[in-house]
Amino acid sequence: MTIHSRQRLVVVGNGMAPGRALERLFEQAPEAYDVTIFNAEPRVNYDRIMLSPVLSGEKSFEQIVIHGDGWYVNHGITLYKGARVTRIDRTARTVTAEFVAVGSLGHAPLEPTVTVPYDKLIIGTGSNPIILPVPGRDLPGVLTYRDLDDVNAMLIAARAKGSAVVIGGGLLGLEAAAGLKEQGMDVTVLHLMPTLMERQLDPAAGHLLQRAIEARGIKVITRANTRAILGNGRVEAVELDNGTRLTADLVVMAVGIRPNMQLAKDADLAVNRGILVDTAMRTSDPDIFALGECAEADGQVFGLVAPLYEMANVVAAQLRGDDARFRPSATATKLKVTGINLFSAGDFAEARDREEIVLRDATRGQYRRVVLKDNRIVGAVLYGDVADGPWFFDLLKRGEDVSDRRERLIFGQSYAAGGIPLDPAAAVAALPDDAEICGCNGVCKGKITGAIAGLGLKSLDEVRAHTKASASCGSCTGLVEQLLKAQLGDTYNPAAVQPMCGCTELGHDDVRRLIVAKELKTIAQLMQELEWKTSCGCAKCRPALNYYLLCTWPGEYVDDSQSRFVNERVHANIQKDGTYSVVPRMWGGQTSAKELRAIADVVERYNIPTVKVTGGQRIDMLGVRKEDLPLVWADLSAAGMVSGHAYAKGLRTVKTCVGTDWCRFGTQDSTGLGVRLEKFMWGSWTPAKVKLAVSGCPRNCAEATCKDIGVVCVDSGYDIHFAGAAGLEIKGTELLGHVATELEAIEAIGALTQLYREQGRYLERIYKWAKRVGVDTIRQHIMEDAERRRVLYDRFVFSQSFAQVDPWAERAAGKDAHEFAPVAELALPQAAE
Amino acid sequence: MPWVEVCALADIPNRGCRVVRTPRGRIALFRTASDEVFALDDRCPHKGGPLSEGIVHGRHVTCPLHNWVIGLADGEAAGADKGCVRRYPVRLEGGRVLLSVGSIGSDKGKQ
Repeated sequence: MTIHSRQRLVVVGNGMAPGRALERLFEQAPEAYDVTIFNAEPRVNYDRIMLSPVLSGEKSFEQIVIHGDGWYVNHGITLYKGARVTRIDRTARTVTAEFVAVGSLGHAPLEPTVTVPYDKLIIGTGSNPIILPVPGRDLPGVLTYRDLDDVNAMLIAARAKGSAVVIGGGLLGLEAAAGLKEQGMDVTVLHLMPTLMERQLDPAAGHLLQRAIEARGIKVITRANTRAILGNGRVEAVELDNGTRLTADLVVMAVGIRPNMQLAKDADLAVNRGILVDTAMRTSDPDIFALGECAEADGQVFGLVAPLYEMANVVAAQLRGDDARFRPSATATKLKVTGINLFSAGDFAEARDREEIVLRDATRGQYRRVVLKDNRIVGAVLYGDVADGPWFFDLLKRGEDVSDRRERLIFGQSYAAGGIPLDPAAAVAALPDDAEICGCNGVCKGKITGAIAGLGLKSLDEVRAHTKASASCGSCTGLVEQLLKAQLGDTYNPAAVQPMCGCTELGHDDVRRLIVAKELKTIAQLMQELEWKTSCGCAKCRPALNYYLLCTWPGEYVDDSQSRFVNERVHANIQKDGTYSVVPRMWGGQTSAKELRAIADVVERYNIPTVKVTGGQRIDMLGVRKEDLPLVWADLSAAGMVSGHAYAKGLRTVKTCVGTDWCRFGTQDSTGLGVRLEKFMWGSWTPAKVKLAVSGCPRNCAEATCKDIGVVCVDSGYDIHFAGAAGLEIKGTELLGHVATELEAIEAIGALTQLYREQGRYLERIYKWAKRVGVDTIRQHIMEDAERRRVLYDRFVFSQSFAQVDPWAERAAGKDAHEFAPVAELALPQAAE
Repeated sequence: MPWVEVCALADIPNRGCRVVRTPRGRIALFRTASDEVFALDDRCPHKGGPLSEGIVHGRHVTCPLHNWVIGLADGEAAGADKGCVRRYPVRLEGGRVLLSVGSIGSDKGKQ
């Protein structure tokens, strides 16, 4: 008995399996336990299956977090991040951990260790990567592929480009190789066996896979036995048994995993290959559970997520006092390398009592093999078109007799039925309700269709939130979408074209195309012709349409100020208290005594409370009352200053360093070029803000390589960069190209800006536009096609001839005066009640 | 209730807003695309943002600070947001905008 009102549950390990067990426990019995978690990694629970997309750059860490900090707080969980459990005392029923990294505390802990008592204990220590016992394995630059720290280390190594050798041609090794290649490294995969992924694929599919991997520029060497890793102080090469030497700046060992059971062993729990558990997931001590990759159940250890989640369900049920049992079932595997589709399930080794049906189309890269025993499917391998994977897998798990459709079986579900081929939506619709759709989370079709109907779900995100289907590795996303489509019919509009807003079904690109095709020249005409669903749009579409029309018809379209966001209507930045900030232009970041004096005078005259230097080398006056804006502008105009457009979806600043004027390292007149660019480009409206910088040498003091457009001067001319970001996201620029003269630089930048103006979607920054249309495509248009560059540049110049009117001077002279003053002042005698 | 003429309809831009300053605070006069006029407190129920500076669409205005959408006819926040803005009686007479000021001085107009 415990004097505690609630039982104390301690969890060692914060991976996906214990995370899932807690989730299930809280769903059913939120008040049953006080929970403490020890995580040796200094972070929250994340989706380890998705490390490959993080490595390849397709996802960020935040996107793969399963439980954010808030989840732990909401469930009253004490989470020790960066705390490694060193001892389980089964007599005292306590767990002791030492802090290995600065975790959530943000500072070094006061005590080096912590000891916590438990009533029930879960061990989820996962597994350790196998390190080949070869000389040189400890050299810096030799990594494994297991957690986020490994991925971060690889990303850092990949920055220098160079060569990488991945040892191991299994699932993890190939995903690591593809990710490193994506990061620009020269990659070689070494595999001991004759074909890749031999545990999941037969030799034929292994060859097809090898061809596809090689087609991405990754070298594959099979039957490769590593003899040593060489290097002086850090890794330099890998040597094979046959004497071959491969240059390597990075070596990744992905040869397998081994259950991490040391802690259990030290506590005298029964272990074999893993920590031994019974079907209730209890270890030899009934108050201690083990689950995940560290556990051995029914003579097997597991590495795929589906059985681990099944274990989690059993542990949660047992903790609630329900009797559930773990029975391992067949699992299916998919490779998460974009563009390579393969699916395998079950057992496909050849044997005397087995038959096989094979379909091959080498030219189209299609391969299917189904292994039968007693007319029942025991294994399936699909390469290329894997849409039928779940159907074969379902037949396999049911052990259904397929003799009645044997001759058509290999063609898949649509043909096996004997009729005309089904379209993909109908094929999914034809699956039985208990067919598994999401292997990772064990979600069957009936649960998904039930949730769509019962909860009125309309989008993929909603289905993920409510059922977890496709929320882990994401490879069944297509199937879930087909289910949505089958159930909702035409009302399901997959993400293909995202409508601009609720006022239309048209996407941004459609609208821009139709503006040109139908010569639409006002917002009212556009809404009429394109059948807008609302009388006059909304706050989302109106500013976008105003920009698109302005960009398409320069000099012709009359700006609709009522469709501008307040900042662009009143030419200042609204602040949280309804006052405004004012930022005058300082060309290339240069100013003068006269300008500074005028600013000082304005600040005093209008009692402006805050004056601040901005990140874009200008001065910001904050807290100006709206009524005072025209007066402030008049004073600034008198000193020759114009609007800095710090409020605009348009050209903002051009940051510069002092270049050859002063700097002993400067290679070109960077300040001069910055000023010329700013004078050339100011006043232009763009889909989102555009910030520039010009650095006088590669030391890059103006930080040009994280700007929308940046120039880095070198001895031989100018490197033009673009598509950087240093806000919500941080991203270095891409190189657009090198030019020899200032004039060429200005032409390329003008053309680039115009291309962005014409293709960018409203509010889409340059780096997002570049990601969408492709950096190479943009480079070809601007740098390799002189004719096209010239045409774009000319269009920009034409547009600028109407754009460069200082809005402050106009308003100081009286334009829109009514905007800045109240229409009436009421003094109410009856207000004195 | 005394009605006070505050401005001409033409003083308020179509799909726009102008402000009347009163001892009780600012009142925003909205004019829709179809020339209806509405009067609301110039304070978003969310964080006090100036509704008068928002984009007017249909019978709604979107607050410039955090994009809450407020109904001009009922003063209620639309969608999932909860909040209500005080309304004032307003009418049009031959192109002139009349505001019922009694409701400003007393609390009778309070919703």
